[in-house]
Amino acid sequence: MAEANWVYNENVKDHFMNPRNILDDPETYEDDGRGMTGNIKCGDEMLFVIKVDKEKGIISDCKWKTFGCASAIASTSKLSEMVIGMKVEDAYRIQPDQIISQLGGLPDKKIHCSVLGDKALRAAIDDYYRRNGMEDRIRTTKAMVVCNCMNVTDHDIEEAVLDGARDYQTLQERTKIGTVCGECKEETSVLMNSFIEKYYGKQ
Amino acid sequence: MSVTSVYLDHNATTPLHPEVKTLMKEVMDEYGNPSSMHQYGRQARQLIEEARSQVAALINATPDEIVFMGSGSEANNTVLSMLTCPLRGCSTPVLGKPRLLTSVIEHPCILETAKCIAGQSADVEYVRVDSRGLIDMDDFRKKLTRDTLLVSIMMANNEIGSVQDIQTIAEMTKKQGTIFHTDAVQAVGKIPVDVTTLPVDFLSMSAHKIYGPKGVGALYIRKGAPFCPLIHGGHQEQGRRAGTENTLGIVGMGKAAEMRLREMDDEAVRLRDLKKYLMSALTSAIEDIHFISDPGRDIPGTLSLSFPGIEGEAILLYLDLEGIMVSTGSACASGSLDPSYVILSTGQSLECAHGSIRISMGRTTSKEEIDYTVGAFARTVERLRKMTTYTRGVRS
Repeated sequence: MAEANWVYNENVKDHFMNPRNILDDPETYEDDGRGMTGNIKCGDEMLFVIKVDKEKGIISDCKWKTFGCASAIASTSKLSEMVIGMKVEDAYRIQPDQIISQLGGLPDKKIHCSVLGDKALRAAIDDYYRRNGMEDRIRTTKAMVVCNCMNVTDHDIEEAVLDGARDYQTLQERTKIGTVCGECKEETSVLMNSFIEKYYGKQ
Repeated sequence: MSVTSVYLDHNATTPLHPEVKTLMKEVMDEYGNPSSMHQYGRQARQLIEEARSQVAALINATPDEIVFMGSGSEANNTVLSMLTCPLRGCSTPVLGKPRLLTSVIEHPCILETAKCIAGQSADVEYVRVDSRGLIDMDDFRKKLTRDTLLVSIMMANNEIGSVQDIQTIAEMTKKQGTIFHTDAVQAVGKIPVDVTTLPVDFLSMSAHKIYGPKGVGALYIRKGAPFCPLIHGGHQEQGRRAGTENTLGIVGMGKAAEMRLREMDDEAVRLRDLKKYLMSALTSAIEDIHFISDPGRDIPGTLSLSFPGIEGEAILLYLDLEGIMVSTGSACASGSLDPSYVILSTGQSLECAHGSIRISMGRTTSKEEIDYTVGAFARTVERLRKMTTYTRGVRS
């Protein structure tokens, strides 16, 4: 019988089987920035370290470690390849959909894992900025309350989208957003669609 | 090494027993409707009744206590759904709200049905389990009340393999005058089950877990137990399950049951030894292994374990690339964000649940395969531990 397709595409499989830039020894690696994200309890945790060529403002090296599934391993491996040689400020702006498209796609339900790589990288760059007196470059992503009645933020909407919410009703079930006065419905829908587009492309 | 594929996922499903396959091929052309009076119909009927005797023999029941169904899940759904049947006259008349008592580690086909009937008119209570995945008997005693109409506790757990003291649980339930059901899908054909000494009213079984075909299961219904069908319609199966019988599947299940009766005892001894060997080989080859199942109280071929610091889906897929097939309780492999509720119910950590691996051996599993598997596990764990942020309790 012909062998069935593997769980992930060939590119993902290659990065899973031969992950690039793994951090061997966190104690001896002389990094310029170090960032950690995720939570081992959720099943995904990631450490990202970077070295920066300060004159050129580019990331000269990076390494990572993860407690995570196959797509977390593959997407972080891919991300590490992408950012070496990249300007720090460009790396800072990398979004999950760029990693996913470089990998040639991931199953929808797996995208949650890949989101961790860019977050860990940003945390490492934040750390670099902090160490070098460039705090002004840190983009704080403070949560904005969208639904005042139920105190639901844009971050909550983003999380719900990553957990599979694709329509207003599902979003309401997950977050209770707009379940009292309902005035935020329009703003919520705009935000939800922008998050869907950010992670999954135009629908 | 000549091994190219090692199937260690027998709790998910099993290959057909060669004798089952041979027989099924032979009867493939028996297309008569078993309800027809003519020759072809009678031939099909005879095959089904023979299979019914074979399945009955496996649990020491009488043939008329066996009803064939589409799956173990259907058998479980049938029993639980009786609680909220609007035609109460066909089952036990109940005063007030019917109450179901089940456990937190049941198969989803019990838990989801319980949720469904709780949304209708039944009360559902869940018994806790201890760290070995065994029913917390104090909690059971407390929750088994006079209002409990049905108790449904699985005999053996599919994920961690824990085997309940179902004799005591059934006796306590019957003493209370309550109906007792056990989901024995993972137990029948692996450990001895005898309904003449075990006071169950209902017992669910599945063919494909015991080297029979998929799409066929059976429900044991003790003589005199109240019953109401889930699938209404024709008079098949003495009016207890409508729908033209799956002759081919039923014949396969019958033969599978017969073969289990012959092979089960010797196989259990062999698998227990093989499991001991596997555990000791893994322990020598890999540092820091956490065994979840308790070898004293489990089904012979099942071993649940985790490797602190690494995640289950990654382990499963590295092993898959080496030809080894196991399963995991990780959220990543489940399609949800939650890892195995069974493993969490035993009080294990989330890390452990995300990293859990189930090895379920079967009748053809050999020592050679286990040796190859241990080597692959060692390679896999080493690779993944190099990548992890978490090492033996100390964050890097």
